[in-house]
Amino acid sequence: MSKIKLTIDSQLIEVEQGVTILDAAKMINVNIPTLCHHEDLCVSGNCRVCVVEVAGRERLEASCATPAEEGMDILTNSAKIRNARKDVVSLLVSEHNTQCTTCYRNTNCELQDLAAEYNVDGDKYMSVLKPNIEIDKSSWSIEKDDSKCIRCQRCVRTCAELQHVNALTASHKGHEMKISTFMDLPFNEVVCTNCGQCVNHCPTGALTERRYFDNVWEAIGDPDKHVVMNTAPSVRVALGEMLGFEVGTRVTGKMVTAMRKMGADSILDTDFSADLTIIEEGNELLTRLKKALVDGDTSVKLPMITSCSPGWVKFIEHMFPEHLGHLSTCKSPQQMFGALTKTYYAEQKGLDPKDIVSVAIMPCAAKKYEANRPEMNDSGYRDIDAGLTTREFGLMIKQAGLDFKNLEDSDFDSIMGESSGAGVIFGATGGVMEAALRTAYAVVTGRDVPFENLNITAVRGTEGIRNASIKIEDCLPEWNFLEGVDLNVAVAHGLKNARIIMDEVAAGKSNYHFIEVMGCPGGCIGGGGQPIPTNAEIRAKRIEAIYEEDMSKPIRKSHENPEIVKIYKEFLGEPLGEKSHHLLHTHYRKRNRY
Amino acid sequence: MLEVANIIEAKIEQYGRERQALIPILQGIIADKNFIAKDDMVLIAKELDISAADVYGTASFFSFIEDERKGKYVIRVCKSITCDMKNRRGILASLEKELRIKLGETTHDNLFTLHDVNCIGLCDQGPAMLINDEPYTHLTVEKIPIILREKRNQKN
Repeated sequence: MSKIKLTIDSQLIEVEQGVTILDAAKMINVNIPTLCHHEDLCVSGNCRVCVVEVAGRERLEASCATPAEEGMDILTNSAKIRNARKDVVSLLVSEHNTQCTTCYRNTNCELQDLAAEYNVDGDKYMSVLKPNIEIDKSSWSIEKDDSKCIRCQRCVRTCAELQHVNALTASHKGHEMKISTFMDLPFNEVVCTNCGQCVNHCPTGALTERRYFDNVWEAIGDPDKHVVMNTAPSVRVALGEMLGFEVGTRVTGKMVTAMRKMGADSILDTDFSADLTIIEEGNELLTRLKKALVDGDTSVKLPMITSCSPGWVKFIEHMFPEHLGHLSTCKSPQQMFGALTKTYYAEQKGLDPKDIVSVAIMPCAAKKYEANRPEMNDSGYRDIDAGLTTREFGLMIKQAGLDFKNLEDSDFDSIMGESSGAGVIFGATGGVMEAALRTAYAVVTGRDVPFENLNITAVRGTEGIRNASIKIEDCLPEWNFLEGVDLNVAVAHGLKNARIIMDEVAAGKSNYHFIEVMGCPGGCIGGGGQPIPTNAEIRAKRIEAIYEEDMSKPIRKSHENPEIVKIYKEFLGEPLGEKSHHLLHTHYRKRNRY
Repeated sequence: MLEVANIIEAKIEQYGRERQALIPILQGIIADKNFIAKDDMVLIAKELDISAADVYGTASFFSFIEDERKGKYVIRVCKSITCDMKNRRGILASLEKELRIKLGETTHDNLFTLHDVNCIGLCDQGPAMLINDEPYTHLTVEKIPIILREKRNQKN
């Protein structure tokens, strides 16, 4: 690519041809404000906050949408520019519900920040906020409040480009333009997967997760309730961002202490049930392979696809309802955890399950929906009572008045608090695959996977779809049928990539045995419930932290987790056994595609 | 009347099974039925392999593509400044009185629907309105009952 030279604020720089003015400015640390722009998404150029002056041009140019050109002389801060930006922000504010003190995004809102930066006062334009806007609270996961929408369409682009779901669209035009679902139906009646990526990409409080933390506080305050909290792997590598730590800091120990100080009765780890998922799912895969390869059973569906990600599960239910047989029947770690909390845990601790309140802290918006799926009550009770996002949890820590930065570290409680490194890496794309391979390979051959330090780097990374092939050699006698088999696996993250993989499966052209799909870009570390902002750089740092956490664990394989060994011995019996079948496995339903 | 599925099929044959066939399909259905039902939008989405929300977003952008059942005759009274200065409010009041409906409503016999519309390019002949695709210009309050009677008599 050829290089071009241009001047930004009197500074001469050289950039690749095709780079936008916004990105060129970033390279020399000139910060141009943006609103409709997001690194994850295509250029939209609809808000005009990022305007700059180009010498010789009368009109101001939107820097996010204008490529830098040879010899351009650009100003990013002049009276004309400041006036224009202030006008843009003032007009947006004039249509906005400015009850900031009552907004969930208060102090973490891009419009609020810009209004402050440009000192927008209420005198310039009178409020033309439409009256009587109703908040859509129909979904278990997501709330939509049009009174806070600035119509930047980040959510529409997110749903289309990252997720290929297209549940959202811009409807009508002019001052009546709004962000709508199909026919403006409530969220719970459309193809929304509840992934929450729109929430994570919304600059204001227009799209938020439905909050349940007040119910959790209530349960904590109730002396008759036994509150069990469990946290997903990717919460511990992102929570710190909300509480004064650098991106990519692991705060596991402080997080556990915080929960204890908040008053939870038992602090347990979803990583435990991630390990359990590996045992069940690994055995399910081996069983399917045996049926297909040895018994010649043609009804067995291969490739088998993971089912940990509830956004992905709802996606396949909507988009590929004919192919649900490919999904592993394993519940997600959250739901396994819930079902065991009110059976095994209650039994071991001598508690009445009706007094237990199980709270899952998740990087996810769809987990709220999953917890409320009608079938998720195999314990005889609601398996998970409340699903909170990392963001809600961070807020609770602030509410509790804890000095998080200076909390001492502590360990999870027992039982169901022990985990292996394999359970931890569930949080990153490729992690479930790697964890499954560590265990499956060991079960079949009696040896460790042939990778240095057990790190199966072939399935790691951020490429949208990755694949690997592992040759199985020198099997233990009972797995002889796998001798010499090349186990073909694939990993996809973000529902856009899930659709590509599923199109192959639907066409009968997939030669994989096992596929991991995560609904969100980057896997759970980039989940819809994670701290805002989330972008490629932040996702990469969280992933790095996840693998550090894995390396820090003395046990790195799920089947070697002593609590896993114990639960099979004392409670479950054997993998895929009757109890497992009842508590840890589930079924799926066909849903309307439109 | 044609089956919606047949209209879609014909347009796809003409324009291809691509997104760009969407507007011709919408227009084709409107020409025959004067509104597009929810189920028909789903059908279009299915045929073009796009999301139903996309179809709705596009359909709702255009004032002349309705998503609710309308009367046989859709009256659209111009609401722009020039017509306003030439007594479009009087025209509208007269229409409401004669039809016994309010703006946005449809008569019980499903014959007339009353809408207003942005400039239709007939400022020099205002106040103006459209009945379906037919323009009516230089309107007066006295002309309204006559025009409506004409339309009623065309009923069969």
